Amino acid sequence: MSGVRVLVGTKKGAFILTSDGKRAKWEVSGPHFAGWEIYHMKGSPADPNRLYVSQTSGWFGQIIQRSDDGGKTWHQPGLKPGEPTTTPEGMPMAESNKFVYDTSPETGKPLTTHQWYDGTQHPWEFKRVWHIEPSLTDPDTVYAGVEDAALFRTTDGGKNWHELSGLRGHGTGPQWMPGAGGMGLHTILLDRQNPNRMYVAISAAGAFRTDDAGKSWKPINKGLTSQYIPDPNAEIGHCVHRIAMHPSRPDVLFMQKHWDVMRSDNAGELWHEISGNLPTDFGFVVDVHAHEPNTIYVVPIKSDSEHFPPEGKLRVYRSRTGGNEWEPLTKGLPQRDCYVDILRDAMAVDSLDSCGIYFGTTGGQVYASPDGGENWSAIVHDLPAVLSVEVQTLR
Amino acid sequence: MIRVGLPYHLRNLAKADAEVQLQVEGPVTQRTVLNALEARYPMLAGTIRDHVTQKRRAFLRFFACGEDLSLESPDAPLPEKVATGEEPFLIIGAIAGG
Repeated sequence: MSGVRVLVGTKKGAFILTSDGKRAKWEVSGPHFAGWEIYHMKGSPADPNRLYVSQTSGWFGQIIQRSDDGGKTWHQPGLKPGEPTTTPEGMPMAESNKFVYDTSPETGKPLTTHQWYDGTQHPWEFKRVWHIEPSLTDPDTVYAGVEDAALFRTTDGGKNWHELSGLRGHGTGPQWMPGAGGMGLHTILLDRQNPNRMYVAISAAGAFRTDDAGKSWKPINKGLTSQYIPDPNAEIGHCVHRIAMHPSRPDVLFMQKHWDVMRSDNAGELWHEISGNLPTDFGFVVDVHAHEPNTIYVVPIKSDSEHFPPEGKLRVYRSRTGGNEWEPLTKGLPQRDCYVDILRDAMAVDSLDSCGIYFGTTGGQVYASPDGGENWSAIVHDLPAVLSVEVQTLR
Repeated sequence: MIRVGLPYHLRNLAKADAEVQLQVEGPVTQRTVLNALEARYPMLAGTIRDHVTQKRRAFLRFFACGEDLSLESPDAPLPEKVATGEEPFLIIGAIAGG
């Protein structure tokens, strides 16, 4: 029997919503890690029972939690329930919350500075993990995108994290600057056909690609135009909100930028705008249908000053043509007095025969459509503000 | 034994009571108390002090014997009543809404 597990990170804890393949009745488990901000939780494609969670707090910093049984029980990697918490020498065993920027001489460019809001240079300071991306093939290998922007990797199931410092140190780092929400690395895309290729995106620096498994990186922002930087066509400084790809076509990328919905057909070498007839091309999420690589979804948000749907109508827009021609999807979504936001990590799709689309709002609703966006209903109405939504398809 | 009071979320994280008791060898200072706390509860490493700088996290304060000790040197001796276990060393989260 197939089913789905929806992993929801909120401002005040994590929730797991499960259903069978019909996706009509849902069970809600949570809050897990109540009272903490859960920026992201995601399951391993190689082992669906392996889940990773970024648990964070302005008071107490960063924690990584892991489950090996699909979310029934949790532990911080390095500390299994019932095991001693120290070595025989008395040293702590859990290092899973330790994200330390690489300053080794081998990088050639030890920790320096990035651009601050006021244009001055500012030292890198670790704040939190924004996004967790488990490897496609190994449950113990996971990538983490963090604020201040950098990419970390664990190869031991989350016990130890090491920076892939070629990204931060490749040369443009001093030009990166924080967006209003911080300078976070929020998108990590792994290429199923080429294990050496990976994409990341940073607010507000732009998109980057590696072709050698993270050793070296290049900016891929040609074609992007941003009026809020001195040179609108600069190589660096674009506030990319989200990038999505279909696994069967990894050279085709779709981007929701601060303004503009964009597309690249050559692995990010050049972008072109596909906003077309959208009511506004500001927004945060973008995702791709599981079985139709040219069918994409966005949720337009009025503007960068007014983070809510235009006209108070919550509408998902779908393009079946890979952009430019968009249709509103509204059945089951509030069409009056709706002023929630949908944050960048808060949309996901399942891969059942009839593709399910999911998104969460800052008003605490998680909406699901079991039929590619035709019909929507709220799985839950009243969670804390939703920060992230991921879906696991269970077979 | 040194008594240490923990805020709600750190109690849950450590699976500990609101107050824990620790054995501290040598001088009783913020640093030696927090070292002992993290050795006993490794999951708290990094939650009270930054991993690298070992500085107190900005939204936490240290109180004891009716005094705010947050800005004292981490190597300054804590009050005698803390060292003898008569009074707890309190780790307090800054008050904030939301």
